[in-house]
Amino acid sequence: MICFSHVTFAYPNQPPVFQDFCWQVEPGEAWAVIGPSGCGKSTLLYLAAGLRQPGAGQVLVAGQPVPRPRASTGLVLQDFGLLPWATVWENAALVMRMGQFYRDKRVPGDSPRPYPRPDITPDQVNRWLARLGIADQRDKYPNQISGGQRQRTAIARSLLQQPNLLLMDEPFSSLDALTREDLQRLTLELRQETGVTTVIVTHNIEEAVYLGQRILALDRAPNREVCTIANPGAGTLDFRGQPAYQQKCTELRAILAARQGMEEK
Amino acid sequence: MRRRELLLATLSLLLAWQLLAWLLRAEVLPGPLAVAQVLGRELLRGLGRHFLVSGWRVVSSITVATLLAVPAGLALGQSKRLDRFFAPLVYILYPVPKIVFLPIILLFLGIGDTSKVFIIFLILFFPILVVVRDQAAALRPELIYSVRSLGAGRRALFRFVYLPAAVPAALTALRVSIGTAVAVLFFAESFATTSGLGYYIIVESWGRLAYPEMYAGVIAMSALGLLLYFVVDRLERRLAPWMFTRDM
Repeated sequence: MICFSHVTFAYPNQPPVFQDFCWQVEPGEAWAVIGPSGCGKSTLLYLAAGLRQPGAGQVLVAGQPVPRPRASTGLVLQDFGLLPWATVWENAALVMRMGQFYRDKRVPGDSPRPYPRPDITPDQVNRWLARLGIADQRDKYPNQISGGQRQRTAIARSLLQQPNLLLMDEPFSSLDALTREDLQRLTLELRQETGVTTVIVTHNIEEAVYLGQRILALDRAPNREVCTIANPGAGTLDFRGQPAYQQKCTELRAILAARQGMEEK
Repeated sequence: MRRRELLLATLSLLLAWQLLAWLLRAEVLPGPLAVAQVLGRELLRGLGRHFLVSGWRVVSSITVATLLAVPAGLALGQSKRLDRFFAPLVYILYPVPKIVFLPIILLFLGIGDTSKVFIIFLILFFPILVVVRDQAAALRPELIYSVRSLGAGRRALFRFVYLPAAVPAALTALRVSIGTAVAVLFFAESFATTSGLGYYIIVESWGRLAYPEMYAGVIAMSALGLLLYFVVDRLERRLAPWMFTRDM
């Protein structure tokens, strides 16, 4: 689904974040990306989303390069992803209106259509709002609802695109603990319902272990080696209560701490 | 603000005026009732036409200024390179008091409507440009990223993000500058012309010592400013209702 081959990326006038970096995500997988701040977690996501271009090497999504964002990739950010002047319904329906906006646009050759699907209906918008439990907030503006409800709106909007890849950048970091757990559970349910490939960036060990069947641990920049941790137990709603979950958290914490310790020596 | 509160404020202003007129008992300060009578009479006799002429001049300046300043502001707000090029120019021109260019404008554009429309346009153009530019530049990158990730290209970004962000900004700039626009119109109309409320107040009434008529003209011009302010305020609430909601 995602293939980074020998990717090098640097922001202007800064040392590279990734150097000769290779990483592969298979369709249907659930990944969590974890690492210290400034390690390039978000950059990794933006590269996969087509919002940044590698300096060298290649990023392929579904076998195609991504010179611009593709509509079948959903992106949910930590905050500020909603239009402040649009209601919950209008924000979710944005993808529908944009599909209609680009309805007559032709795409040359056989490259996949980068625009949203033109056939999304208001009915589908309503159904997704109902599925995410925010149907009764439909006429409120983002500043009138809670952070959890805002993220539910953003998720509803992403899922309306019927994506085959869902990228989430610290989506629940600014939420309180209970809301966060609630939305983590919802993310698992939605994954089971849609089978969408997910990559979730987080700095939270528990979140990474609960949501990632495979965990990518990034290091301080530049990242060269890929360190993945298999976590086959994740993906069930009650995983949090199992001993394997606690074990995995301890294991991941040890790995992260060891790497940090190595650097400090 | 509620209608009742506005009505109450108007009544107390009128009352203060009446009291002052009673106190001074001077020819130069007729009471509101006398002025209202003259206003009613004069509206049919020519003041109405002057009102329409002035109104037309302001409204067309507002239209031209908005149509030019909003796209220009959006362009500068979106492109750092363009802004870097034009920013010094805007920085110098924005605070210059445009009214001092009036004699030059009169020389080039004559004493008709064009020169008046142009000077008001100049005054409105810069505040709208600057506010829209800053608003467009201040849009959070996260918002742009997430809309782009839905598949938005340049045109859709403009249509669904930049334009809706610019509308309330432009209206706010307009609301704030409308008072100045009408003031400048008054000045520009007070000489070298034969129509407009400024001409009516200064040349036709003040010059002939016709005080009640002069007050009628002042009331008419104030009403013009108020009316425009109300319209813009209404539009703002209509087109940007989210600005008037309370944060969580």
